[in-house]
Amino acid sequence: MTNQTINTSEASQWVDVCDINDLTPETGVCALVGEQQVAIFYSGKLDQLFAIDNYDPIGKANVLSRGIIGSIGERICVASPLYKQHFDLTTGECLEQAEHRIRAYPVNLAGNRVQVGIR
Amino acid sequence: MTTERIIVVGNGMVGHKFIDTVINSDNAEKFEIVTFSEEPRLAYDRVKLSAYFSGSSVDDLMLTSEEHYQSAGVVYTLNDKVVEIDGDAKTVTTAAGKVEGYDKLVLATGSFPFVPPIPGKDQPHCLVYRTIEDLEEITASAQESKVGVVVGGGLLGLEAANALKNLGLETHVVEFAPRLMAVQLDEGGGDLLRRKIESLDVNVHTEKNTKNIGAGKKRRYVMEFTDGSELETDMIVFSAGIRPQDELARNNGIDIGERGGIVVDNFCRTSVEDVYAIGECALWDGKIFGLVAPGYHMAKVAYSHINGSSDQFTGADMSTKLKLLGVDVASIGDAHARTPGAQTYTYEDGVNEVYKRIIVSEDGKKLLGAVLVGDAEAYGTLQQMCVNDMALPDSPEQLILPASDGSAGASMGVDALPDTAQLCSCLDVTKGDIVDAVQGGCCSMGDIKDKTGASTGCGGCAALVKSVMDKELENLGVEVNNHLCEHFAYSRAELADIVRVKKIESFDALLDSHGQGGLGCEICKPAVGSILASFWNDYVLEDKHMGLQDTNDIYLGNMQKDGTYSIVPRVAGGEITPDKLIVLGQVAKEFNLYTKVTGGQRIDLFGAQLHELPTIWKQLVDAGFETGHAYGKSLRTVKSCVGSTWCRYGVQDSVGMAIALENRYKGVRSPHKIKFGVSGCTRECAEAQSKDFGIIATENGWNLYVCGNGGMRPRHADLFATDLDDETLVKYIDRVMMFYIRTADRLQRTSVWLENLEGGLDYLRDVVINDKLSIAQELEDNMTSNIGKYQCEWKTTIESPEKLKRFRHFINSEKQDENLAYVVERDQRRPANETERENQIPAVEVTV
Repeated sequence: MTNQTINTSEASQWVDVCDINDLTPETGVCALVGEQQVAIFYSGKLDQLFAIDNYDPIGKANVLSRGIIGSIGERICVASPLYKQHFDLTTGECLEQAEHRIRAYPVNLAGNRVQVGIR
Repeated sequence: MTTERIIVVGNGMVGHKFIDTVINSDNAEKFEIVTFSEEPRLAYDRVKLSAYFSGSSVDDLMLTSEEHYQSAGVVYTLNDKVVEIDGDAKTVTTAAGKVEGYDKLVLATGSFPFVPPIPGKDQPHCLVYRTIEDLEEITASAQESKVGVVVGGGLLGLEAANALKNLGLETHVVEFAPRLMAVQLDEGGGDLLRRKIESLDVNVHTEKNTKNIGAGKKRRYVMEFTDGSELETDMIVFSAGIRPQDELARNNGIDIGERGGIVVDNFCRTSVEDVYAIGECALWDGKIFGLVAPGYHMAKVAYSHINGSSDQFTGADMSTKLKLLGVDVASIGDAHARTPGAQTYTYEDGVNEVYKRIIVSEDGKKLLGAVLVGDAEAYGTLQQMCVNDMALPDSPEQLILPASDGSAGASMGVDALPDTAQLCSCLDVTKGDIVDAVQGGCCSMGDIKDKTGASTGCGGCAALVKSVMDKELENLGVEVNNHLCEHFAYSRAELADIVRVKKIESFDALLDSHGQGGLGCEICKPAVGSILASFWNDYVLEDKHMGLQDTNDIYLGNMQKDGTYSIVPRVAGGEITPDKLIVLGQVAKEFNLYTKVTGGQRIDLFGAQLHELPTIWKQLVDAGFETGHAYGKSLRTVKSCVGSTWCRYGVQDSVGMAIALENRYKGVRSPHKIKFGVSGCTRECAEAQSKDFGIIATENGWNLYVCGNGGMRPRHADLFATDLDDETLVKYIDRVMMFYIRTADRLQRTSVWLENLEGGLDYLRDVVINDKLSIAQELEDNMTSNIGKYQCEWKTTIESPEKLKRFRHFINSEKQDENLAYVVERDQRRPANETERENQIPAVEVTV
């Protein structure tokens, strides 16, 4: 994966994950997409969905869906619940340690259903 | 290079100051230092000696350490005293027979307490107040006594009286002069001080001359006075002044003053060549200086002379400011108006018990002295005016009159002070030093203390130093930014005020009305979540609050390194029935949870996965457990010892009190976690003084200690109030805790909060006990309202199918997190480390 900028057209396949009402605004959940753990966040304030890897490469545990989301300048991020490093929700970049970039996924709302895109 | 050998006789505060001055000087390597102390330890802070009774340990009082001396090359001998000086051979001999040669000899032998020659003064339980050993003897004696008398109503005498009172004795002060602190105070000041002290249940007897100490009828002794009256007591502490410890000099041909004291000149030289004397043993111009600041100055002068400079000692300002038994007292310059032609202004407020008097020169242009009792806030200004010969304002009475708007009287702008003005007399720090430090980058009191040493002695100059620092920061255009984060241009305390006053009930509402845009972040969200909970105490997992909750709160558990949780049910006061203990064991066994007893007297169960939490908590709640809030910035535990119900020594029911307090404050969200301890007697088995709130039983009720901390930066809690009944104890805790919640910074423990609170412990007492801000009722109401809304968050959660949906690893699958791996150690499982994972040591199967 070279291009981390995600738009929905990149997805070759949409995987249905859950109902939008399963998500409490400003929090995340973890979904199993194929074999992959994906953290999905819903910002009610932006009315926008985000999806990134659930695995925290620094804390080495599957926990990112349980972090607090927020903004750092213009970037929308989640802070790892373990050691509080920020991961950009649209690119997967780690703001503190650039070597730890994780995957970001296309995410789509079809009716009330949340879908994550895989290739 | 040849070195010069200096022997310092005595390692008290001044002897140590001399050594410290040498080893920190640019020429330190030119000197070799040898010191002798007859005490069993190196120098400690005698000025703060009374702190020993309010919880400070010997270590807290130490001014140096053996390691420090060793690393600086200082050779020291303890428990041995110098008994002989040979000024010709330049040697000294100690009691143990050791002979040492010197190039320069510095006598810093200090003073000894004066005990009047009263028949019967040498009996047991007749003690003095000077060294740590004396304090230990006083403590031991107090345990066998009910009544204690202090002979001497001066500064040290009143400190000793405070100590006896804290030890729970009926306390009396016997003074020969017609008033207390006769040296420092005039009649009006002395009278008010007496009234205030008597209202604290300390009995004051003036104009009493003791002629005999005999066997008492009801108590151990009877003190017979020359006027025919008597006073029965179990113990006596003599604190009737000091005498210079000049025996060594006297016996070895060094000139001594008529009434004692080693005669020194402006360079602190004695009559024998190469022998100096400094501190309380030295007599300069016929005067002994019984304060530490002049002693420190002499230490510097003596070193300066030895080092070839020409600093001189030309007297000292004997102004003092202190708090005696909680009463502010200050004396400046010519307090008795003895200067010919001196005129005075007096202000007396009988209602608020304040007495202020200033003494001005005949022409009304200069301030000569002042006496302040009950309110010494003007001390810094007046003392500076006095020592710097600054011009008085046109109406000098304004200096002591309260301003018409009710605020403190007119104070001098610090800009008016010359750079040479000495702000800290203990450490000799001038205004110029503070200004330089600020220009060099210091921007907090902590920085200033580290850099200049200012305010690290008696601390009396702290307010003045801070205003100089603030002014200089302002001059430099530095704006101290205490904004919470990029989303709010307010401090946590300011946001707390906004939320409370404007009754804001959600993060979004606060961000919209007072934020800087954006979504918020992991700094401001939990901070605001905590503030909202502190004032409104909604269920923290309500939809509008859920996204604010930090790592632990959002799943009501403590996240461990592998993403699993630990579970800590409340065990109030550490009291648990066997049945409940069995339930914990059964649950731990069923879910294979690693089990450990915590420092807070409860039991921590580790390794529960998200989906297991509701099942586990259902069992616990059904068995009568509640959440322990181990995940919250809130009350954690109230640790207790077993107290009077079982213990042979307990004087109150500490377990009962601990349980009552834990149940009262459980669930109250605060800027950081809060811990309590309750001990049933002074043996303090619950280690209450290391807690945010420490409660220690006394014969008469409870002593309340506040703002202690264990952890990374240990701090003993300060004694806040004594002998409280249950109701007052709870009232004070309500107020302190709510005031902390309102005013602390984000994640600031009570210990750091208090250290940063302007006015410190005295101010906190003013707010909480004297209701200085008229908010006491409001603080109590806030607390009552919060407590009234308590709910067990786990009980609420397991009763809500909606909320339980989140407690699973995958929203779309029943599978579990495959990343978890464990190994067994000491018969329990723990997360596998990386090597163990790589070596594929078989993981323990975790199933439910």
